[in-house]
Amino acid sequence: MQEITGLMVKRAKELLEAGEVQRVIGWTTGDFCYDVTPAVFTKAEDLEEGKFVYNSFCGSNLSKYLIQTLRNDINAVNTAKAMAARKGENPDDIPGPGKTLVFLKPCDTYSFNQLLTEHRIDKSLVYVIGVACRGMADIEKIKLMGASGITKVIDAGDKLEVKTIYGDKSFDKKDVLLEKCACCKGKEHKYADEVIDPEPLPEGEGKGPMDRMAGVTMLEEMTAEERYAFWNDQLSRCIKCYACRNACPACTCMKCVFDNPRSGVDSKANVTEFEEKMYHIIRAFHVAGRCTDCGECSRVCPQGIPLHLLNRKFIKDINEFYGDYQAGEAEGQRAPLVNFDAENDVEPSIVNEKGGN
Amino acid sequence: MKKIALSKLNELFAAIAKDTELHLPVNFKGETVFKKWTEGDNYAKDSLKTVKSPKDLFFPQNENISNFRKEGNKFIIDPVELPKSGIVVFGVRGCDEQSFRVLDNVFLAEPVDTFYEARRKNSVIITAACTKPSESCFCKTFGIDPTDPAGDVTTWIVDDNMFFAVKTEKGEAFLAKYADIFTEAEEDDTYRVENVKYLANQIFAKLPLADLTTEGWGGDKTDEKFDDPKWQDLSTACLGCGTCTFVCPTCQCYDIRDYNTGNQIQRSRCWDSCMYKDFTMCAHGTARPTQKERYRQRFMHKLVYYPANNDGMFSCVGCGRCVDKCPVQTNIVKVIKAFGGDKK
Repeated sequence: MQEITGLMVKRAKELLEAGEVQRVIGWTTGDFCYDVTPAVFTKAEDLEEGKFVYNSFCGSNLSKYLIQTLRNDINAVNTAKAMAARKGENPDDIPGPGKTLVFLKPCDTYSFNQLLTEHRIDKSLVYVIGVACRGMADIEKIKLMGASGITKVIDAGDKLEVKTIYGDKSFDKKDVLLEKCACCKGKEHKYADEVIDPEPLPEGEGKGPMDRMAGVTMLEEMTAEERYAFWNDQLSRCIKCYACRNACPACTCMKCVFDNPRSGVDSKANVTEFEEKMYHIIRAFHVAGRCTDCGECSRVCPQGIPLHLLNRKFIKDINEFYGDYQAGEAEGQRAPLVNFDAENDVEPSIVNEKGGN
Repeated sequence: MKKIALSKLNELFAAIAKDTELHLPVNFKGETVFKKWTEGDNYAKDSLKTVKSPKDLFFPQNENISNFRKEGNKFIIDPVELPKSGIVVFGVRGCDEQSFRVLDNVFLAEPVDTFYEARRKNSVIITAACTKPSESCFCKTFGIDPTDPAGDVTTWIVDDNMFFAVKTEKGEAFLAKYADIFTEAEEDDTYRVENVKYLANQIFAKLPLADLTTEGWGGDKTDEKFDDPKWQDLSTACLGCGTCTFVCPTCQCYDIRDYNTGNQIQRSRCWDSCMYKDFTMCAHGTARPTQKERYRQRFMHKLVYYPANNDGMFSCVGCGRCVDKCPVQTNIVKVIKAFGGDKK
């Protein structure tokens, strides 16, 4: 990890100093090594190793941050132009926002493509460096496996050496992977202007050890009552913090229906059993066919609710009904749910049944 | 001091639950939560923190506070009955105990919040001393002694026994009620409890956040801190979710909404979060247009505005839940440190 971090810092500095990018979206850390926070760097001198980190806890998907960062930058330019015009200066003399460098892991590039497809970000304003990833660790799992009082985590290849005030512990990284990494779709970047991968894996290698659909199959095998009881137990713990929505790169509405008092369904707390479920089910429907299965919803849930299972059920159904489809595989894909095909649709419309007249 | 064998705890719980609602930490779906005790529940004695704090026992996430309806030309208000009074909360950590006092300052000050008061006034708080803190703990920064927490009764676990020390009159009356379940602690036991406290304090001194200090914060720091450019950097990563505010034991802001059921209006209040875009939305819009202002509000409230109104008391208790649960790991410790509060 240290080698790759060095390469990332070096490249980001070069691009910033050459003026090719104006800002860098990466990760920084606090006290414990695992407390990684996404961060925007604008000065080459801030990109020191130690401040800029890339370690086994960089699970967060930085594609989401592009939406707000680009929007802020464009707004700043527009404001500057308006100010110039007011002063009688030529607004065209105000420089544009320039490019934003973003570091994306393979799974994050699916979200990036999906955002491009949906015109949520402007590709010409972004420079993507794909960074190699061998799976990110889940600090919650490490804590559940008995590590408390953690002072430091040392990334040692396949092992994580955890220093704690109660003694040191060592974990095999494969045992403490984030759910999304245990079910990794692959180590190939689906979009990148360049890739930093000092030790590339042979093609096709690096998928997660677990079957991505195992959880969904388990739910499908339950009776309706059992399934209801499962979700009832899980969703009753929802505290309505909206972390799942706010971290989700597919949730890009400027104003969410659940925040809008005029929608009639806005809500800050679950009042009834129905409300506990409504938000999650509506959200799953809204991202159906658009969700790339990046796993952020489950990673960020403070209550550990396995929200990804809802999304994966949709993915599995879409695959079964329309043939294999992976959202974000490429820019500009026509997703099955928005690409009506009269010949092959699983639910042909009445119009089509009557001969299309 | 009284004592009871850990194996007899459920007997005590059953006796309490016969008289009063009893809430304590239990394990549920891989997390620890405060739950109303029923037969078969086991006290999660080794668990340090519940995901949510116990604040919703006194200040629930959602509650109906009034109903209105129309009858002909008349508008009728149906008041909602006050919640019934008095519960026992067992296994409260020192940080959470202090949080009740933070909330009391808000809800029991004039005008008194009658719903909160009804739940709070006859309740008994039984605290549990900490012996195995986690790296995210920093209650000592806020003057709490986690090895000997306040409350009505304080408990320690030593080997197979739990020890109970009375701290208030309410606590004394409570223990007296169940006197036959306890045995009197011996002189030896006092020494053993002191030893547990001593060892725990040694551990607390080793915690990575042991040096965190509130120096530089307080009621008079608004002008100094408000326009600091650091807020921009600190808030960049903030997703604007409500996790920190909802797991926080002292966040007390709420929203009031009216809901038309079709034949009446239900007025309810629920927890609000200053991280949300529509927090304190007014007719003119919001006073906090970007996440920077919302983020700043939360920490300035804890470390500046609250102390300004409450004789210098901070409204963070150092439980570290936001440190554990923030999806992007931006939290009050990072704020305090960014402003230089990392060395005593």
